[in-house]
Amino acid sequence: MIDLKVEVRLFATFRKGREKKYFLDVPEGSKISDILDMLKINSQEVSILLLNGRDGNASRPLSNSDVLAIFPPVGGG
Amino acid sequence: MLDRYCRNVSAITQEENSRLKSFKVCVIGCGGLGGYVIEMLGRIGIGKITAVDCDVFDETNLNRQILSDTTNIGQNKALAALDRMGKVNPDIVVNGVNLRFDSTSGKQILRGHDVVVDALDNPQSKRLAGDLCEKLNIPLVHGAIAGWYGQVSTVYPGDGTMDTLCKDGFSFGIEKELGNPPFTPALMAAIQTAEVVKVLLNKEETLRSKILHVDLLTMDFDVLELKK
Repeated sequence: MIDLKVEVRLFATFRKGREKKYFLDVPEGSKISDILDMLKINSQEVSILLLNGRDGNASRPLSNSDVLAIFPPVGGG
Repeated sequence: MLDRYCRNVSAITQEENSRLKSFKVCVIGCGGLGGYVIEMLGRIGIGKITAVDCDVFDETNLNRQILSDTTNIGQNKALAALDRMGKVNPDIVVNGVNLRFDSTSGKQILRGHDVVVDALDNPQSKRLAGDLCEKLNIPLVHGAIAGWYGQVSTVYPGDGTMDTLCKDGFSFGIEKELGNPPFTPALMAAIQTAEVVKVLLNKEETLRSKILHVDLLTMDFDVLELKK
């Protein structure tokens, strides 16, 4: 099975107990939700989910060299 | 040019500083972000500032909200902005609006402004500001803070950026658990103000279709492009 190389960037509180950035090898056919599971991030706590700069849901499939950015909601003023 | 503006030059030209007098900027929320934004917009010489907030100061605001002090606890925040700018820069006009920003009042409050500043304190109101600015064809400078973290983005009508930044389903963000120390609103408000000035004067690059995320714990300043 071919592995996909994916860059994952975490922001704000998602960095707690994790790295800021990961370079992961995941099996072909993996989805964003698989990355969230791997990093033990609750999808309900995710606000912005950018795949190569495009926002969307966690069911999107991953491709080689994808860059994923994951943010919690920041709402204070 | 008035002496009070001479140190603005040559970051902006004298001509640009004069033009700032003709603009009208609405700041929604006069708390942590909004207080500093109003302070800086007033000092640089924005001609007309509308300050919107229905809340009053209490002691928990004193750690970070520049418009609050021990003498005005209990005062409406928008009216405190009016008072302070009267002392800081009588050369400009500040309109203090003591109204809740919501779907009933929002459109009327924002109409007629050149730029709107999102200094609101919850994702739902921020999203409403985005929707109304879209309808009214007004650029919006979004800012949000939580603990050591902050984000800023500049949104033009049609960009759809606020749909990405403020999702439905979140009535509050991580600020509820992280609190709001004094340095984060001061910093993010300064960045928002710089964006407002650049939008008004059409200068250089802005954070349009981008999000600046600041992490003051790690001192990371990340700018990410937002694609449609």
